[in-house]
Amino acid sequence: MLELATRTLLDPAGMNSADLERALGRLVEGRVDLGDLYFQHRQNEGWSLEDGIVKSGSFAIDQGVGVRAISGTGTGFAYADAINMPALMQAAGNARAIARAGQSGTLPVARRVETPALYASDNPVDAVDSASKVDLLRTIDSYTRSLDPRITQVNVSLSCQHESILVAASDGTLAGDVRPLIRLDVRVIAEQGDRRESGNAGGGGRYALAGLMRPEAWQKFADEAVRQALVNLEAVDAPAGFMKVVLGPGWPGVLLHEAIGHGLEGDFHRKGISAFGGRMGERIATEHCTVVDDGTLADRRGSLSIDDEGTPGARNVLIENGRLTGLMQDKLNARAMGVAPTGNGRRESFAHLPLPRMTNTYMLPGEHAPEDIIASVDDGVYAVNFNGGQVDITSGKFVFVASEAYRIRNGKLGPALKGATLIGNGPDVLTRVAMVGNDLALDSGVGVCGKEGQGVPVGVGQPTLRIDGLTVGGTQ
Amino acid sequence: MSEALDFPAETRAPLLHDHERERAKLEDAAGQVLARARAGGADAAEVSVSSGHGRDVTVRLGEIDVLEDARDRGVSVTVYIGRASGSASTGDLGEESLRRAVDQALAIASHTQPDPAGGLAPAELMADRVEDFDQWHPLELDMNTLIDRARAIEQAGLDADARVDNSEGASVSAHAAIGVYANSHGFVGSGKSTRFDQSCVLVAHDDSGMQRDWDWDDQGRYDRLANPEVTGSKAAERAIRRLGARTAPSGRVPVLFANEVALGLIRHLVGAVSGGNLYRRSSFLLEARGKKIFPDWVDIVENPHLPGAPRSSSFDAEGVATRKAPLIERGVLQRYVLGSYSARKLGLQTTANAGGVRNLIFSPGQRNFEQLLGEMDRGLVVTEVMGQGVNLVTGDYSRGASGFWVENGSIAYPVEEITIAGNLRDMFAGLAAAGSDLETRRNIQVPSLLLEAMTVAGQEE
Repeated sequence: MLELATRTLLDPAGMNSADLERALGRLVEGRVDLGDLYFQHRQNEGWSLEDGIVKSGSFAIDQGVGVRAISGTGTGFAYADAINMPALMQAAGNARAIARAGQSGTLPVARRVETPALYASDNPVDAVDSASKVDLLRTIDSYTRSLDPRITQVNVSLSCQHESILVAASDGTLAGDVRPLIRLDVRVIAEQGDRRESGNAGGGGRYALAGLMRPEAWQKFADEAVRQALVNLEAVDAPAGFMKVVLGPGWPGVLLHEAIGHGLEGDFHRKGISAFGGRMGERIATEHCTVVDDGTLADRRGSLSIDDEGTPGARNVLIENGRLTGLMQDKLNARAMGVAPTGNGRRESFAHLPLPRMTNTYMLPGEHAPEDIIASVDDGVYAVNFNGGQVDITSGKFVFVASEAYRIRNGKLGPALKGATLIGNGPDVLTRVAMVGNDLALDSGVGVCGKEGQGVPVGVGQPTLRIDGLTVGGTQ
Repeated sequence: MSEALDFPAETRAPLLHDHERERAKLEDAAGQVLARARAGGADAAEVSVSSGHGRDVTVRLGEIDVLEDARDRGVSVTVYIGRASGSASTGDLGEESLRRAVDQALAIASHTQPDPAGGLAPAELMADRVEDFDQWHPLELDMNTLIDRARAIEQAGLDADARVDNSEGASVSAHAAIGVYANSHGFVGSGKSTRFDQSCVLVAHDDSGMQRDWDWDDQGRYDRLANPEVTGSKAAERAIRRLGARTAPSGRVPVLFANEVALGLIRHLVGAVSGGNLYRRSSFLLEARGKKIFPDWVDIVENPHLPGAPRSSSFDAEGVATRKAPLIERGVLQRYVLGSYSARKLGLQTTANAGGVRNLIFSPGQRNFEQLLGEMDRGLVVTEVMGQGVNLVTGDYSRGASGFWVENGSIAYPVEEITIAGNLRDMFAGLAAAGSDLETRRNIQVPSLLLEAMTVAGQEE
């Protein structure tokens, strides 16, 4: 991977490892604790279909180098959107202004970070020609329209990304990665009488486009989008109030991402602003709950062979049998807190600074059959699909928005409910997990996590869960 | 760390101090792109080129947290071959990159299908002059000045009250940007602007727990920024007033959206009357033009020519001349928000809104915030909403919220972990009053809005 990344990022500019050392040397003149260079080249291609025609396509190339100097917990940062030596040296000069005058630092010998690749390096932009991509979208469109006469609008979009990164740091790190990322989305509108509802589904990951082009892969998304829209046509107003909630498997794991995950990112702990601050080792969930953040799953959207600081991706146990056992760290925060980085240092691009971020976050399965969990609820809500969420990491309050849900009465599923926000308190929501299903599922690969204005791809997952008390924001 | 830092000379000069040369370079790049597109077989093409330079400083607990010096450039091009289109973008303005971007756009256009609604905006609608809206106020402003200002903001907040015992930091930034848009009708337009902003996020703490909140300012001129002490102490005050927040009683009550969140309601209106959502039948306001969707007293006007406002421009993102035009008059929707593509899809004419609305202003009312509380008597003030629970297809609205519970016309206690729900159609029709406190620092300017009733859910019955 390092060789491949070097070929893409340094060779065209006629640069080599001696140039990297020269730039790092400039960066760490003076009192700098860590300096790093992050080279990135990213190709994005997108196609979209509506009204039965593939009416737009786009292609983008972004490349550049981000230069960072850390002194204590302070960061000097500059970047250049061209990869060449003058631009690199100027950015290094700006970034190291953070450091005060002092002794010149000496650089350790470069330590090449080699990890097993978790995904193939094939370029999904080039591997399949444009005509085949256009055909795929048209085929999906006609299949989707054929599913039900109430479907009046179909949008299909395909995006392919191919990214090469290279990290060289003054701690000796030298690492590269080549990351494919593909995603297919189907969105429909269904109409019946004067009701109009939408449904959408999609997925992808870090794998070759051939995986999404198989009919059994894309038909699943088309079927699901149509099913959701038709279910929503029948939906009734959701209840309002505090009640038991059963969450379905897979994508509803966005609960863990919002309620728990963000609050366990190292920067918020270093700054003392997380609602989970100082609770390491304490019980923050019922004993049924074990939650991991795992960047090492093959082909997943949130996976990373190495993170954006060159630390190998890892499986970190955040909560074990209900006890808080781990945080997610990047280099800056790990060093400030006296712990090791955990492979969670991620950045949206060379023009953004790394932060501790999640990869694939999920809860391990328990022992209950999902139907037994539903049957155990007298009065509540069963929520199986969500539109993302948000958290205030300081107060701990989080929301996530159910897009498909059903009323449960006397252990039986009732009518579909209109979309409603669910709100809870991160530090105590997992203390209300009464039952954990045996049906762990990961999401289909559509998650984007936003933090400080930076979006990165992530995955979530969970088995069916019963939570004894969340506020449901309906109107009835 | 109070001594001044030694920065490279280029971090002291005014941002984009060579702006005339930079604009010439952008216009030259735009020209190259259009020429290359024509030579490559495009029947029409359009290009936008931008260049930005910014300095950002964040200080946390008195120490420097982040110093950033950033320069960005970008080009995006769309070509049309017959009625098929292709787009490409790149961050590099070198000749070779520009040529590659055009070739990629052409390659894509050879695969997309003819779209009867595709193409440039009509030539006769292009702006014939580009006015100056007083958006360019560069000055020499080095990193140390920004650092000192950020420290002063944060310190004022930390000094305001002993309960304010932590900070996520104070930031100050200066940005300058130049943009050029050109198309094969022969239209070339450019604009440039400076922005200065400051913000501070503070954490307050007492026996009930921890809360954070923030304050900010954003201006086109550095000397118009609020005093650092004002931003810091307001952030402190806002964090403190949230301490002891609890859940609210469930039920249907009046809800007062403070101006910082009221703008979200009008943003949903804009989304629902935007061409893209209309032709995709993804709006609860299909066929609403000419219909009454607000009470009589509601007027909302778009003024793209407002002096000093960051989004003011003589032309939209397709070169079409902009003009002041009402959106809502006496409660009635006057028009949609269209670019030329969605206009053709709907059989209408563009409203010069390619790229969005510019300075949309909700006419404020006579009463101040306290008077609105009095009018509400008992209900909820919302100061923050959470999550994406707005469905523009149906108008269904359900979001997390925090704010204050109101009894007898005055604030009783802070609330959190509650939801508010309703349908935007009813919420718009059920507007009871608008405050006099117009928030003028945003592109969509809205005062606090009082709604007759929404469903509030909390943990109490």
